[in-house]
Amino acid sequence: MLLNENTRAKYQAEICPVLDNRVVSPGYHRIQLQAPAIARTVEPGQFVQVFMPSRHSQMLPRPFSVYRADPAAGELTLLLEVKGRGTALLAEVSAGAALKLLGPLGRGFPSPPPHSLLVAGGMGIVPLAFLAASTGAPGTLIYCARTAGLLVCPRPELDRPGLSIIEATDDGSRGEQGTAADLLSRRIEGAGAVFACGPRLMLAAVKKICRRAGVKAWFSLEERMACGIGACLGCAVATTGGYRRVCRDGPVFPAEEVILDE
Amino acid sequence: MNEKTFKPDLSVNLAGIALDNPILAASGPFGYGHEYRELIDFKDLGGIIVKGISPEPWAGNPPPRVTETPSGMLNAIGLQNPGLEKFLAEDLPQLRGSGPRLVVNVVGCSLEEYAEVASGLEGAEGIDGLELNISCPNVKAGGMAFGTDPDATRRVVEAVRRRTGLPLLVKLSPNVTSIVAIARAAEAAGADGISLINTLGGMLIDTGQKKPLLGNVFGGLSGPAIMPVALKMVWEVAGAVKIPVLGMGGITSADDALQFIMAGARAVAIGTGLFYDPDLPAQIKTGLIEYLKQENLTHLGQLEGAARL
Ligand SMILES: Cc1cc2nc3c(=O)[nH]c(=O)nc-3n(C[C@H](O)[C@H](O)[C@H](O)COP(=O)(O)OP(=O)(O)OC[C@H]3O[C@@H](n4cnc5c(N)ncnc54)[C@H](O)[C@@H]3O)c2cc1C
Ligand SMILES: Cc1cc2nc3c(=O)[nH]c(=O)nc-3n(C[C@H](O)[C@H](O)[C@H](O)COP(=O)(O)O)c2cc1C
Ligand code: FES
Repeated sequence: MLLNENTRAKYQAEICPVLDNRVVSPGYHRIQLQAPAIARTVEPGQFVQVFMPSRHSQMLPRPFSVYRADPAAGELTLLLEVKGRGTALLAEVSAGAALKLLGPLGRGFPSPPPHSLLVAGGMGIVPLAFLAASTGAPGTLIYCARTAGLLVCPRPELDRPGLSIIEATDDGSRGEQGTAADLLSRRIEGAGAVFACGPRLMLAAVKKICRRAGVKAWFSLEERMACGIGACLGCAVATTGGYRRVCRDGPVFPAEEVILDE
Repeated sequence: MNEKTFKPDLSVNLAGIALDNPILAASGPFGYGHEYRELIDFKDLGGIIVKGISPEPWAGNPPPRVTETPSGMLNAIGLQNPGLEKFLAEDLPQLRGSGPRLVVNVVGCSLEEYAEVASGLEGAEGIDGLELNISCPNVKAGGMAFGTDPDATRRVVEAVRRRTGLPLLVKLSPNVTSIVAIARAAEAAGADGISLINTLGGMLIDTGQKKPLLGNVFGGLSGPAIMPVALKMVWEVAGAVKIPVLGMGGITSADDALQFIMAGARAVAIGTGLFYDPDLPAQIKTGLIEYLKQENLTHLGQLEGAARL
C-alpha cells in the first residue's frame, strides 16, 4: 500500500559520478550513475531531481523517474528523452563527470498483486520497467507508442522471467497494432491491478476501462516542478481531494482520485 | 587584527528582528520549511518568511503553475495556503524554535482579512515578525492590487498596524509606476521595514496548444532575470525611506547578496535561487564572511549602502 501520509520522506542530495551515458535511440540517453545512498532506498515509481551540470546555467533541476537501481553496486540508471534546454545539457555529460541528484523523491507504486497489468505509453516505460524488475510476479507489460521509433527502451533490459511483454504501436510499425486502451480492454478481465504511466489521454482511457471492469489502477503522473520536495506547491494536479503535489503526494496516485479532464 | 580570532559579525537588526545572519528564505518557495529541514542546515538562515497566510484556506490556481524562463521562472501558485487556523495548529509548532527568526507573510482579499490574520497571529508564540504581501487583489475595490496605489497601501498597512505589535515589514510589488511613492506610503502608515521585490507580471504561450502555458494565464517572474530590476528598486527605496529594507529578487550568489546590501538593503531573501541549489544559504554565508575578511571589516552592517556613498 501507499506509504502513510505522515511517514517522513527520506531524501538527500548526492554528488553522483557518471559511469556511463549512451544513446539508446537518437535523442534518448541512458545515464548510469554511482549513487549509493539513493540506490539503496529508492522504490519503483519514485524519482530524482537532477541539478544542472554547471551552476552557471542557472536553471531549475529536472525530475526523472528511476529506471533501474542496483543497491548492491550503488548504481542508479536514468533513461531520458532530450526535449529542451535542460535535457540537452544533461545528455552532454560524459563518464567521469558528476551530477548532483536529490532523491529518492515522492511516493512510488504499491507492490503489484498477481496478474497485474503494467501499461506504459512512450517514456512512461521508465517507472514501469523498474516496477517490473522489482517484483516477484510482475504479470504483463503492455508497452505502447505511436510508432516503432518511440519504443526506445532496449528490449533485453525489459525481459525477465515471469513477465510477458506486449509491444504495440498506433500505426502497427512494431508489435500489435492499436492503442494502449485497445490492448488493455482485451486483457482487463481478471487483472489483479493496473499500473500505468504515459500521456494524459492514454491515462484517461485506461481509467475508464479500469473503472468499468472494477479493477484497481495506479497512475504515475508528471507535472512541471520547481523544488521537487513539496515546499513550493508548483506541481499541483487536480484530484478528488483538491490540488495535490505530484512531487510529494505522488507521483503515483490511485487512478480514481485523479481528475484528468476526461 | 589577529588573523585567527577574527570572525566577522553577520548579525543585523531588521526592523526590530534580530537576525544571526542577513539571509532569509523568501516567502513561497520555502513553503513552511518542513521539507527543507531535511536538506539544509537551518543555522545558515537568519530567518524564514513562510508562505502567505489568509484567514481561510485558499485552494490556489489550476496547473500548470510553474515554468522555467530564460534565467528565471514564472509561477502562478495562487497563494494556496492552509489558512490561519491550520497554520497555527500544524505548521507553526514544527517551526517554533527551529533556529532562524520566523516571519509570517500575510495575505488577504480585503482590509478586514489582512487585519484578521494579523490579530490571529498576535501573541502566537514563536513569531518574530509579519510581512504584509500587498500584491493581492483587493476584491472589494474591483480586484486591483492593494500595492499598486499609495492610498490603498496606506489603508492596509494602517489596518494591520492597529492589530499588531510585531515588527511589520511591507512587501512591495514591482508592477507599479512609482515604487518610491508606495514605499513612502507604507512608511507613513507605520511599517517598520520594506521588503522588495515581489515577482514581475509575465506570461508564456504554448504554441502547440495555442493557449497560455500557465493555468492562470498570468504569473510572476522571479530568478536571476529580475535581479537588476530588483536592485534598482532597492536602491531607490533605500534612498527614500528611513526604515530598513529587505532586498530580494534573483539572488543566486554571495556577490548578488552583497550588491543588494551595498545598494542599501539591511538583509536579503532568496527564493528561486534555492531551487537551483539548496546549498545557496550556506554558500552566501561563507561568501559574505570571506568578503568581510578580505576587506578587513568586522561587521556586515559596515557595507550597508556602501555603493551609495
Ligand atoms: C515525476 C517525473 C518523472 C519523469 N521521468 C522522466 C523520465 O524518466 N525520462 C524522461 O525523459 N523524462 C521524464 N520526465 C519529464 C522530464 O522531467 C522533462 O522532459 C524535462 O524536465 C524537460 O526539460 P527540458 O529542459 O529538456 O525541456 P524544456 O525546454 O523545459 O521543455 C520542453 C518540454 O518538456 C516538457 N516539460 C518541461 N518540464 C517538464 C516537467 N517537469 N515534467 C514534464 N514535462 C516537462 C514541456 O511539455 C515542454 O514543452 C519526468 C517528469 C516528472 C515530473
Ligand atoms: C514559487 C513561488 C512562490 C511564491 N509565493 C509567494 C508568497 O506566497 N508570498 C509572497 O509574498 N511572495 C511569494 N513569492 C515571491 C518571492 O517571495 C520573491 O519575492 C520573488 O520570487 C523574488 O525573489 P527570487 O527571485 O529570489 O525568487 C513566490 C515566488 C515563487 C518563485
Ligand atoms: S515541485 Fe515544489 S511542491 Fe512539487
